[in-house]
Amino acid sequence: MTHTPAPAAARASTARPRTLAEKVWDDHVVVEGDAGNPDLIYIDLHLVHEVTSPQAFDGLRLAGRPVRRTDLTIATEDHNTPTLAIDRPIADLTSRTQIETLRRNCEEFGVRLHSLGDVDQGIVHVVGPQLGLTMPGITVVCGDSHTSTHGAFGAMAFGIGTSEVEHVLATQTLPLTKFKTMAITVEGTLRPGVTAKDIILAVIAKIGTGGGQGYVLEYRGSAIRSLSMEGRMTICNMSIEAGARAGLVAPDETTYAYLEGRPHAPTGDDWTAAVEYWNTLATDDDAVFDAEVFLDADELEPFVTWGTNPGQGVSLSEVVPDPASFADHNERAAAQRALEYMDIAAGTPMKDIAVDAVFMGSCTNSRIEDLRAFASIIKGKQKAPGVRVMVVPGSARVRLEAEAEGIDKVVTEFGAEWRFAGCSMCLGMNPDQLAPGERCASTSNRNFEGRQGKGGRTHLVSPLVAAATAIRGTLSSPWDLEHASSSTLSEVTA
Amino acid sequence: MDAVSVVTGIAAPLPFSNVDTDQIIPAVFLKRVTKTGFEDALFHEWRKDPDFVLNRPAFAGARVLVAGPDFGTGSSREHAVWALRDFGIQAVLSPRFGDIFRGNSGKQGLLAAEITEKDAETFWALIEENPGIEATVDLVTRTATIGAHTVEIVVDDYTRWRLLEGLDDISLTLRDEAQITQFEHNRQSWRPTTLPAR
Ligand code: SF4
Repeated sequence: MTHTPAPAAARASTARPRTLAEKVWDDHVVVEGDAGNPDLIYIDLHLVHEVTSPQAFDGLRLAGRPVRRTDLTIATEDHNTPTLAIDRPIADLTSRTQIETLRRNCEEFGVRLHSLGDVDQGIVHVVGPQLGLTMPGITVVCGDSHTSTHGAFGAMAFGIGTSEVEHVLATQTLPLTKFKTMAITVEGTLRPGVTAKDIILAVIAKIGTGGGQGYVLEYRGSAIRSLSMEGRMTICNMSIEAGARAGLVAPDETTYAYLEGRPHAPTGDDWTAAVEYWNTLATDDDAVFDAEVFLDADELEPFVTWGTNPGQGVSLSEVVPDPASFADHNERAAAQRALEYMDIAAGTPMKDIAVDAVFMGSCTNSRIEDLRAFASIIKGKQKAPGVRVMVVPGSARVRLEAEAEGIDKVVTEFGAEWRFAGCSMCLGMNPDQLAPGERCASTSNRNFEGRQGKGGRTHLVSPLVAAATAIRGTLSSPWDLEHASSSTLSEVTA
Repeated sequence: MDAVSVVTGIAAPLPFSNVDTDQIIPAVFLKRVTKTGFEDALFHEWRKDPDFVLNRPAFAGARVLVAGPDFGTGSSREHAVWALRDFGIQAVLSPRFGDIFRGNSGKQGLLAAEITEKDAETFWALIEENPGIEATVDLVTRTATIGAHTVEIVVDDYTRWRLLEGLDDISLTLRDEAQITQFEHNRQSWRPTTLPAR
């Protein structure tokens, strides 16, 4: 490998104006597809986990193929892993088999693996950025739709199916058809207590779960620029919930500050060359998006979902909508079905909805800043009686970092459970599940029927709303708490 | 992959939107490490209802699913495609698909074809009048037919070609191996590597 001049920089003066996404795409074309055929795109980083990989490794074995670039591949155990008693064998036999299969496959094919108990084990989308592997201007894939998270760094990152996992393992490339681009511009200043999660829930409610289909979203505007990397990851994470495969934010000083010094971040001359290139990536001033959406951050309130898809959301101060109010008959029917499943009546104030459980975790909101935000609200308080509150850090390292700051104590003194890292109740593949009929305020990303456990009912919320809800027992924001002065809230930015 | 050109069989209606992949196959079935045998997992929760369309005798052996918009959204799990395939579904018609689901379908020989919302509604009405009526989905002529009603289907050219030829993606890509190697030779040294672990 050599130091070659950054291709985009070299072409910048003559090329037509391009968006960030187009620049990253163009720099990864191995073979250009003719006549509308897909381009062959090079993949810089392939993240692997236990659920979507066994059949892919099997395919390699059957065809007698190796993993082409073990040095661009990394695996972690996250979906099936228990969050209690992690030193004991996994009780569920099929889960244990799946984890053991990943271990055997990684061993056989020479793939780096972070197993349960390892300091870098955790949710794949928390581990990549934490190791400094996720960086601007690269392509990232994983057999998981929330790979869009990594777009927060200005990377082109998207989820793939198992056949594609095998394809990337074998060739380090993917045939991909060019996407359309959509700008999501969020201008203004978030009020204290309103967070990145509220922005993305409002965006999805606005454009719908199919609104981003076929597009790559670029989040821009002053409200996005002022977000931390954690906040940007929360937003890009849920691009898939708007139907888009990927979402990006242009890299800037916030990105570089987060990245510099991490274990796999470039150093020395490489760092200088990289930053020089990364600075060329921002969308050109006169580039044209295929679609544009605007959102006013000043007006935004804490946002929650009432239904069974992530587009079914309202401000927390509003009421459950009447299905009859939807003009589109599909949406009307979907709302009707959702209210039956969720067992709530149209017209109910969202704040009157009582919960049985609060889940603080998932690749949307389980980074250190999310845990800090949650802890800042619950500190010194007691959880509402009868409400089960579970706090699950995104990775073993986040857990250690939180413990060093005393967050574990704040959590346990509040009456909540402090767990080991993993996907946990985001999808309930491990024992962390809702019981049938249980209602949960969850910082995760999907409120689908049965997602958190058979018959479970999910309301998607921010970490701040999760905290206030855990205190009051009904859907609440910090604004509903006594003594929540805006000065303490403004220190919380997650 | 086996070539696919024409699918004919009983059409089952699924007339609602946003059938996400968690509904097509719940996460608990994702623990398996095999690629077949997912037929029992398909729509697992909904199939507990005896009135669910795929439980009704008229739709036994259904091969074509006529779904509402945003079918297959959400999780990337290819298991959703395997479950449909193992159950015997060979074609799904919908006004709009989740992107990843549609891609996964193309790789497994499941024909995921777009039709307009109006055509979907016409089909649902036809099926309701004649439960058990057959559909024909023809990739060659790009049409779907139920009874006397024939509509246009949308499948992108590349997927259509691969389905018609039964081509395997990896072998196709490996024809370009020299270009991949050349690309790798020029890869900048600042780009990430996972090994050695740091
Ligand atoms: S935390 Fe949830 S959404 Fe994220 S990777 Fe795990 S299961 Fe998927």
